[in-house]
Amino acid sequence: MKNRFAAAAVVSVLLTGTALAEDLTIGLASEPTALDPHYHNLTTNTAFSRHIFDALIGQNEVQGLIPGLAVSWKPLDDNTWEIKLREGVKFHDGTDFNADDVIFSFERAPDVPNSPSSFAPYASGKTFKKIDDYTLHIVTPSPSPLVPNEISQIAIISDSIKDTSTTADFNSGKAAIGTGPFKFKSFVPGDHIEVSANADYWGDKPIWDNVTFKPITSGPSRVAALFAGDVDLIAGVPTSDIESLKRGAGDRFNVWQGSSNRVIYLHLDQFRENSPFVKAMDGSDIKNPLLDQRVRKALSKAVRRDAIVKRVMEGVAIPAGQVLPEGFFGVSDKLEVEPYDLEGAKALLAEAGYGDGFQLTVHGPNDRYINDAKIAEALGQMFTRLGLKTSVETMPRSVYFSRASSGGEGGLPEFSLVLLGWGAGSGEASSPLKSLIHTYDKEKGYGAANRGRYSNPEVDALIEKALATVDDAARQELLAKATEMAIEDLAIIPLHFQVNTWATRKGLKYLPRTDEFTVAMGVTKE
Amino acid sequence: MLAFLIRRLGQSALVVALMATIVFFGVNVVGDPVDMLVAPDADQAERARVIADFGLDKPMIEQFYLFLKGAVHGDLGTSFIFGEPATELILQRLPATMELAISALLIALVFGIPLGVYAGIKPEAISSRLIMAASIFGFSLPTFWVGIMLIMFFAVQLGWLPSTGRGDTATFLGIESSFFTLDGLSHLALPAFNLALLKMSLVIRLSRAGTREVMQQDFIKFARAKGLSFAHIVRVHLLKNILIPVVTVLGLEFGSLIAFSVVTESIFAWPGMGKLLIDAILQLDRPIIVAYLMIIVVLFVTINLIVDILYSLLDPRVALSEKNS
Repeated sequence: MKNRFAAAAVVSVLLTGTALAEDLTIGLASEPTALDPHYHNLTTNTAFSRHIFDALIGQNEVQGLIPGLAVSWKPLDDNTWEIKLREGVKFHDGTDFNADDVIFSFERAPDVPNSPSSFAPYASGKTFKKIDDYTLHIVTPSPSPLVPNEISQIAIISDSIKDTSTTADFNSGKAAIGTGPFKFKSFVPGDHIEVSANADYWGDKPIWDNVTFKPITSGPSRVAALFAGDVDLIAGVPTSDIESLKRGAGDRFNVWQGSSNRVIYLHLDQFRENSPFVKAMDGSDIKNPLLDQRVRKALSKAVRRDAIVKRVMEGVAIPAGQVLPEGFFGVSDKLEVEPYDLEGAKALLAEAGYGDGFQLTVHGPNDRYINDAKIAEALGQMFTRLGLKTSVETMPRSVYFSRASSGGEGGLPEFSLVLLGWGAGSGEASSPLKSLIHTYDKEKGYGAANRGRYSNPEVDALIEKALATVDDAARQELLAKATEMAIEDLAIIPLHFQVNTWATRKGLKYLPRTDEFTVAMGVTKE
Repeated sequence: MLAFLIRRLGQSALVVALMATIVFFGVNVVGDPVDMLVAPDADQAERARVIADFGLDKPMIEQFYLFLKGAVHGDLGTSFIFGEPATELILQRLPATMELAISALLIALVFGIPLGVYAGIKPEAISSRLIMAASIFGFSLPTFWVGIMLIMFFAVQLGWLPSTGRGDTATFLGIESSFFTLDGLSHLALPAFNLALLKMSLVIRLSRAGTREVMQQDFIKFARAKGLSFAHIVRVHLLKNILIPVVTVLGLEFGSLIAFSVVTESIFAWPGMGKLLIDAILQLDRPIIVAYLMIIVVLFVTINLIVDILYSLLDPRVALSEKNS
């Protein structure tokens, strides 16, 4: 028996040895804007850079932190983190990885010329002290529990490229030297990026010898490319094609779905006495009803989240009761999805003195989130049923976001009720709480995306305390508490969590990721 | 001829200058690129940095002055998204688009003219009616739909041709193009045909109308009476006379083939300028939009100039009347 196993092992080794190169072709929905991992803080770029580069700390498919180029990290005191680096790791050019590369990477990351969105928010405010070649101390001016999450965003590059490290050099491949599971092979903007396996990778060896990424931005064409066998995996399957992939062609393809970290929600004008898109039924000005918690509650109760998920999203979404799906750090286990209750909603409106309704405009983008314009239309119908005279206006994101953030008088948000989405890049609840729910505060850098200008000192205090609490259990508690208070006060109205869909040809598996990354490392054979 | 050229060049320069102004201000009043660029979770300080870095905090007039200053030196700005000179990015993608446009034009001419002439010579034949009916479809079916149908049929059902992308390229006589490889040609076939369809219909209709008109002319009757062969009449007397409108229209249409191959390039994931433009519009990458439009304006102006010159070669009366005036 033992012999037979041994023989089988030998045979399989021989087989894999003689087998042709295993290649994989991936159809991406969008293309990285550059191969420089520090150039543009954008999901597509970060996802691709993970093939060539590693970060000190990695994120698994549910954004849990896992050892990367760092084998361990721990707080020494409130302001200092100790990072132990992995030994024996080599860059693609054969040079050794050590603390100097880390320090160089963190110096460069916040400061790349022409960056449209830099990594400064993650990289700045940290002082790196080299203890020895494989030990670093990160010192922050104030207690920073999120240091591990933040450094997981920064790719580590080799300090041997110091003099030539322009973004163009990364694009040409000259400087695209990392420690990652794949090596740069070629890049033709708009057409394809090729990488090949790094046989000396320190972690799990890649099972693909060559991987080609093709940006196919048009959804139907992406599906057609999979049908035609030109690509093995596609990201961003249009919701209307999921059923046909699952059913009609079920023998030839596999569909992989997973919840994302992106919540779709409503921000309501909570700072103006007169809100520009809320009027009395006769069109005259009224005191902004959205300032009243009962009115906000009524709106939330009037939303049939299950109907949105089922009809608009064709089942590809999860109803939301808070800012992140369960399983994420900082999520409250007490909050439920607000059930649909039209009568209760009407009673609340009457109680608040708006029994006769008012006029309201729902604003939303039409090319940003999955089915965004249809969701806005559905909301319009639901609010109409509540007795409000609702109109819906959607627009392209290039116009929408600037108007929603600063299109009104004095650079204030222009609209009264806006449909938005938020992906928690850090993979825990402080990201949405800090940006969406904390009071807009330019000095502290909080509330930058608070387009309803909700402001509650108690919630602020909890969030700030959480952001300064290094102890995980205590922080979890604080974040959950802040979420509960904010949701009960309807700082935002959560609608649903997006579910992302990938499709592969038969014989392949894809491990869905909450961060929406499409990576070759997640593709395995069935 | 020289006076004519100088005057046309002056007019062209004026058009370019006017367009520069319109395009710059037109593009700069739409939306705010900062919201498209900065990561959603960036704080206010990072937003402020991007605004300052890209000079978006400067007054519009100053931005326009800086743009003009750069434009005079051939610098149409740096892409917000890619961080590289916009002109360079566009020119990088020009060969792919040119390749597509030229093949589409060739397909349109090679199929369009014979079909149109045939339909014009035998207007009553059933085959002619079929050709004309098909040309109506060519006009009226939306490009994106036809594109998807072509992919579904030739790539998915039959599996003859690749569904998307550009194939291998090879260098021949210093030109790198996918014309020179089999893989390249097979990738080119579907998008080129898709782009050609509308132009082909146009050529069919133009040549048919031209043929019908010219065939009635006295010189055709005279040629026939002289006993010239029919093939000779078509080749020499007919074609020469119907080509003028065809050349005029195609001259203009070639510009639009290059400028507005956006839909075809998106559907077929063709790495050309059109795809770059549509992405730039969606993400408000202003320098690319402006540079693209400027390049297209220059292209159109040049093509028109060339068409005018071709005119005078094909039809001496044009140049003569210019001289007289």
